[in-house]
Amino acid sequence: MTRVQNVVVESVKTVLGWVPAQWLPGGTPDPLIGRSAAIGRQASRLDGPQKVSGQARFAAEVPMEGLSYAAFVHSPVTRARIARLETQAAEAAPGVILVMTHRNMPRISPLALISITDLSAVGNSSLPILQDENVRYNGQVVAVVVAETQEQADHAAALIEIDYDTVPAKTHFEDAKARARTPASVLIDKNHVTVGNAERELTQAAHRVDAVYRTPGHNHNAIELHAVTVAWQDGSLIVHDATQMIAPSAGALAKVFGLKKEQVRVLSPFVGGGFGGKGLWDHQILAIAAARLTGRPLRLMLSREGVYRIIGGRTPTEQRVAIGANTEGRFTALVHTGYSIMLPYGACPEQYTSSARALYSAKSVEIVQHHVDLDIVPNTYMRAPGESVGTFALESAVDELAHQMGIDPIELRRRNEPERHPISGAPFSQRALITAYAEGARRFGWEHRSAEPGTRRDGEWRIGMGCATGSFPYARMPSTNVRITLKRDGSAIVACSAQEMGMGTSTVQVQHAADRLGLPVDMITFEMGDSSLPASAMAGGSSQTASIAGAILAATDKLTGELLRLAGNDSPVAGLRTGDVRLTDQGVASLEEPWRHESYRSILDRAQRDEVSITAAGSAPLEMLKFAMNSSSAVFCELRVSDVTGEVRIDRLLGSFDCGTILNPKTAASQFKGGMIMGIGLALTEETLFDERSGRIMNATLADYHVPSHLDVPDIEVIWTGIPDPRSPLGARGIGEIGITGVAAAIANAVFNATGKRIRELPITLDKLL
Amino acid sequence: MIPLAYHRASSADEAIHLAGAPGARLLGGGTNLIDLMRKGVEQVSDLVDVTALSSSIEESDDGGLMIGAAARNSAVAAHPLVRSRYPLLSRAILAGASAQIRNMATVGGNLMQRTRCVYFNDAAGSRCNKRAPGSGCDARGGFNRYHAILGASPHCVATNPSDMSVALAALDARIHVSSASGTRIIALGDFHRLPGERPDIETVLEPSEIITAIEIPPSAVAANSTYRKVRDRASYAFALVSVAAGLTLRDGVVEDVRIGFGGVAPKPWRALRAEAALRGQPATESAFMAAAATELADAVPLSGNGFKIDLAQRTLAAVLTELSGDRR
Repeated sequence: MTRVQNVVVESVKTVLGWVPAQWLPGGTPDPLIGRSAAIGRQASRLDGPQKVSGQARFAAEVPMEGLSYAAFVHSPVTRARIARLETQAAEAAPGVILVMTHRNMPRISPLALISITDLSAVGNSSLPILQDENVRYNGQVVAVVVAETQEQADHAAALIEIDYDTVPAKTHFEDAKARARTPASVLIDKNHVTVGNAERELTQAAHRVDAVYRTPGHNHNAIELHAVTVAWQDGSLIVHDATQMIAPSAGALAKVFGLKKEQVRVLSPFVGGGFGGKGLWDHQILAIAAARLTGRPLRLMLSREGVYRIIGGRTPTEQRVAIGANTEGRFTALVHTGYSIMLPYGACPEQYTSSARALYSAKSVEIVQHHVDLDIVPNTYMRAPGESVGTFALESAVDELAHQMGIDPIELRRRNEPERHPISGAPFSQRALITAYAEGARRFGWEHRSAEPGTRRDGEWRIGMGCATGSFPYARMPSTNVRITLKRDGSAIVACSAQEMGMGTSTVQVQHAADRLGLPVDMITFEMGDSSLPASAMAGGSSQTASIAGAILAATDKLTGELLRLAGNDSPVAGLRTGDVRLTDQGVASLEEPWRHESYRSILDRAQRDEVSITAAGSAPLEMLKFAMNSSSAVFCELRVSDVTGEVRIDRLLGSFDCGTILNPKTAASQFKGGMIMGIGLALTEETLFDERSGRIMNATLADYHVPSHLDVPDIEVIWTGIPDPRSPLGARGIGEIGITGVAAAIANAVFNATGKRIRELPITLDKLL
Repeated sequence: MIPLAYHRASSADEAIHLAGAPGARLLGGGTNLIDLMRKGVEQVSDLVDVTALSSSIEESDDGGLMIGAAARNSAVAAHPLVRSRYPLLSRAILAGASAQIRNMATVGGNLMQRTRCVYFNDAAGSRCNKRAPGSGCDARGGFNRYHAILGASPHCVATNPSDMSVALAALDARIHVSSASGTRIIALGDFHRLPGERPDIETVLEPSEIITAIEIPPSAVAANSTYRKVRDRASYAFALVSVAAGLTLRDGVVEDVRIGFGGVAPKPWRALRAEAALRGQPATESAFMAAAATELADAVPLSGNGFKIDLAQRTLAAVLTELSGDRR
């Protein structure tokens, strides 16, 4: 991100500061807040039966006539030039159709990197893809084999011989810190924030903590492997992908292959887990290029190891958090600085300081992130990039300070709760973290915690409790479109290119559309997962639900106008304007005189129309710039630590969330719990073993890369304040990512409470507790 | 795809005959071998499926147990005689892998499973003397958290990953093997080799021999026995340290004790020194710690596994304390 961007964002924020709130989106709270019928009700996922019966078709399952199969050869070295490349044996192997290397790969333009300022740019890496003989990171694809069967392709791939001339590579994080860069901005935030003189305040503070926290690299492990089934048909391209960015991918692929946008169709009705990892990477491009050379439909599914090799993970971080406090426990200094990997050819800056910007009021502040450059596959977005690991450092430090001062950690947080956004000064749209803490503490039995560490026991097990704050910003994406088609029989189809990675997108939007249109849920169909539908933004930043909701809101307004026009002068609603009516009881009704009502069926009958169809885009998400819109959570943990072995076993987890309106308690609870389970992995088990000698990931399997097993996951309770956000559609803020935040710190703080040992380096493995 | 021939042996003699081909490997549940073939660690021309050979679990004449090599891990763990007479064996098996893997894996295959050293498993990108003799060892200066502190050599620091074998080591199990020239019985303690200069040779089994059965002698000490596995997550992880132990006391004094360690050595590690130190001693935690220290006296830590020395001692002492129970 550039200085120019800082200037643009800051000036927009300044201008918006003068604009009256009621002129902005959400200026008048969404009328559905408080009068919804379907929204807020427990509903099972509409696609549940399809999934449990195996009917839902994923990218690697789409049947095609004459399908061929591809396998990759990955470089086992980090930086090198290919000196010898022998493909004859592979080409002669049974069933082989094509061996594609840099020699015969079509020349393509590089991908534009994901950016806040260009939403059609979706690349995770701008490195050339099989365009030359150079290897730039360990695991890079150096050859593609296409054959009649997957087995033949795999076999032939093993027959390719390559000699590499290796050159020195940057693979040591510690060494690279010396050459770290300090960017002007991190996502849409100005990177370096200085309020007062925090270092000086720190030295003068009555109480202070100052420590370095480390988190390791992590890899994506969605249950569905990255896969793509592609076909070229008459110069057009059809791509069945597993992706979180359907419409943007179609645009990006068109650019890379020199096609018109309408010549590319990306379909992805179901994705078996995204978490930030299912974007546009090398494998789709390579599969499409190979299919172009063979003229045959092609399927490519990465191996589990392949996902580790060419799909980026979460960067390791090294974070310093220092807090100074006066005798009342009010923060006089807050410092959050550190190092993480961000490559010149990558897109994810891992904004681990964003919680420090949003959570506490402090007299002085010093925040800055430094970027380290290594020769690796670009690190990328992984569930709550930034906040997941940032809250570990920040919320551990707050706990350390509370212990040092002899204050209950919840009380310390209450004393430093800000009234406005601590950095921008913008008003909060809604914030009830302290309520979330109070309800969570009561429900969890926080009063049973012993303030003195190491005092509760059960045999060889020491028992402890901890808590921490989680946080994640609200986002609504611009350029989200939907089409609403109202049929003469009174049913409706809502369509956009949205993504379903298992969260319940269609389920919740059907509930939403039912309330918005005044229809029962079974009269709504939601079509999605296809770039030929009106384009919606990527599913990222926990923004999809609000983004589509905003577009449905806009489309409904337009639809209402169109219905009033069609109703004409012989209707009970004749003479009313859009602002005078609402859609209810399967028709249009006057707000003032509700008995003035005409059904959709009657309006369309009289107008002799089979249907009315409207496409609209959501309003520009200016509310994000005018208001501080942050979700937050209070996470509680009780666990035990073995005195003998240092093993940690979590007994209970509770998450108390403040995320605005909860649209569907069932799918929401599932999202929160899933995030919290991922938080257990972050705290206790997950770590990419990156061998700094070679630049190679050594645990590229689910046997060696430890995600939590069933036995590691305790009873998890989830509650929420449910207080609507008056500035967002439906009063809702995103919930996909906040679940993972705060969890690692709550666990680390509980470990401290159990043992008196402060672990500042994740994962908290047993050797650190012996 | 790996081009190969698949044979299904219906008798031990047939298996011995088929296994004689160069590049032939015996196939049990395939839970380790197939993975290694896919990774290019094992090159196999002929797979000889031996799961149709004896899988019976029967009491032997002397009151011990005879287990056919093709018996599934889960069948052994669930067998009433194993559960009542050899609880440490049942628990060791159940501490390993996942239910699905245990349902497939055979006891013969379990004895032959190979290390999970990440460098051994990385044929494409790492050096390993066990996989490619003379190529070097990347584990010694790399990730060696799971590696050996006892019995390693400059050439190899990998551990044997089996849980079952640790219990079998403590039980003085005997491996029955057959070849064209006859049969022989190998004590489990002699079955696995230490790496020395040839880490690629892991057992004393000759290429022409196959395992037909595992015999477990009757054991009074096994009646009061258990298995404790310490690992990085609660399930589905290999042992950092594990202890299989059985203990009998008389008047608070150790009458007999059997101890096996897992996760610390290239083979299931029978702790004979600790056993000798304990016999006749009072069953106290300090005696247990002292005996454990005796066994670990020669331990050599690597860069990433020094904690195992302490962990092994603590775990052993805790297990023996637990087995002492009220009888102390």
